[in-house]
Amino acid sequence: MIKLSLLAAAALLTASSAMAQDAAPEPVHDDFAPPPIVMSTEHPDEEAVEPYARSNANAGATPFEGRAMFDAFHGQAGIDRIVDDMVARNVADPRISPIFAASDLVRLRRTLKEQFCFILGGDCAYSGMAMAASHADLGLQPSDMGALVENLQLAMGAEGVPFAVQNRFLAKLAPMKRDVVTR
Amino acid sequence: MFGVIAECRSPNDETTLKRSLRLTAAAVALFASALGLAGTASAQVFYRLPEARTGGKLLLTGGVSTVEGSGGGGIATWALTTGYGAEDGVGGNVHGTYVHLPDYEFRSIGAAVGLWDRVELSIARQEFDTGDTGALLGLGQGFTFTQDVIGVKVKVLGDAIYDSGGWMPQIAVGVQHKSNDQGAIITAVGGKDDEGTDVYVAASKLFLGQSVLVSGAVRWTKANQTGLLGFGGDRNDDMEPQFEGSVGYLLSRNLVVGAEYRTKPDNLGFAKEDDWVDIYAAYALNKHLSVTVAWADLGSIATFDDQRGVYVSLQVGF
Repeated sequence: MIKLSLLAAAALLTASSAMAQDAAPEPVHDDFAPPPIVMSTEHPDEEAVEPYARSNANAGATPFEGRAMFDAFHGQAGIDRIVDDMVARNVADPRISPIFAASDLVRLRRTLKEQFCFILGGDCAYSGMAMAASHADLGLQPSDMGALVENLQLAMGAEGVPFAVQNRFLAKLAPMKRDVVTR
Repeated sequence: MFGVIAECRSPNDETTLKRSLRLTAAAVALFASALGLAGTASAQVFYRLPEARTGGKLLLTGGVSTVEGSGGGGIATWALTTGYGAEDGVGGNVHGTYVHLPDYEFRSIGAAVGLWDRVELSIARQEFDTGDTGALLGLGQGFTFTQDVIGVKVKVLGDAIYDSGGWMPQIAVGVQHKSNDQGAIITAVGGKDDEGTDVYVAASKLFLGQSVLVSGAVRWTKANQTGLLGFGGDRNDDMEPQFEGSVGYLLSRNLVVGAEYRTKPDNLGFAKEDDWVDIYAAYALNKHLSVTVAWADLGSIATFDDQRGVYVSLQVGF
């Protein structure tokens, strides 16, 4: 009798776990392997990306006129420090760090530095993708955008960029939300 | 379960032991299968629920708590949804506000929630304490008007913070239902009702490049001193549009300073009513605690002129 009921229990357990498995996604193929990482020929320390049309318009904002904003960010050296600091904060930020887990951070830092330099009125060309294209598969939510802006604010503050100047720059970036946030 | 087995330890009680084990096994099996089913079902339910992240907005962009409980400045309503939940999140807060005037004291406590940066629900209890003035007015020492305000605000369109490219503000509509506990006194001074409902449309915009927030609202109301002296009166008993405006300048991520103005009806014959004005500073220590201090000029209240004083408000939330 005990054996019977234990058998019944085992059967029910198996049935329920089988039901749970029904909801799980299709099992991956046995011979699954991630695609090999191909390095870029143009930037040997970056991963290769699908070809795309390059244009400064991809930066997503018109640049400031004159050099005042570029200088207020302490030139290219200041922009480099801000981008490095912001990316480091993002990677360490538990709210958004998973977003960067599969990112090529070397390429991300380079294109961000180009983008900031271009928008701030430095003599840079932007070689990265358009905002909609580069964020299409990230599935970012509004709260992710908020966290990113906060980390950029902290990085600009650490560089000593005055708050009013930070906001002039952020006003150029803010409308990108509609391209960056996809859900 | 162990208790059941322990009770049946005696070998003479084999039948009972078997039965207990059988029951236990069946119970375990049932529980396990229920868990499996519930797991699948709840996963489906949660998949359909909106996200409820917290803290997605930037500091101070939910506003502080108005004296009527909704998100805004101190006396002017904003179109922004209270709390720090972005479109994928929720926020909420409680507030306590104290205004010290020459002849009166005003206190308010309340709570509000913001849902997906779309809907705001708020509740507030206001106390207008006449103190020594109560005796002079013939109401009695420390006579206090108490008013409860429940409010709903819904964002209609726009994004006050991120749409910094154009002129389009964020627009919201709202309703506030107010009920005052001093119906008899309100009637005695010429008021028509101890309950009333305000309806408003608010528009707010952050000019981010200039670090300036501008907000305006039109409120249809017949509230006397926002309802603290009832609704409607011997001079006028119709809903009239009134204006609430505010400007703020962002000095840092944590600190905004500015001014507010609010026009009000003048329905009661026994005492004229003035517009309200204040200058304020709101400081957010973090997304959980903010303090607002203002210098407010509330004009003449119940025949006592020049009611100017300090406004202090504390907001705790997420």
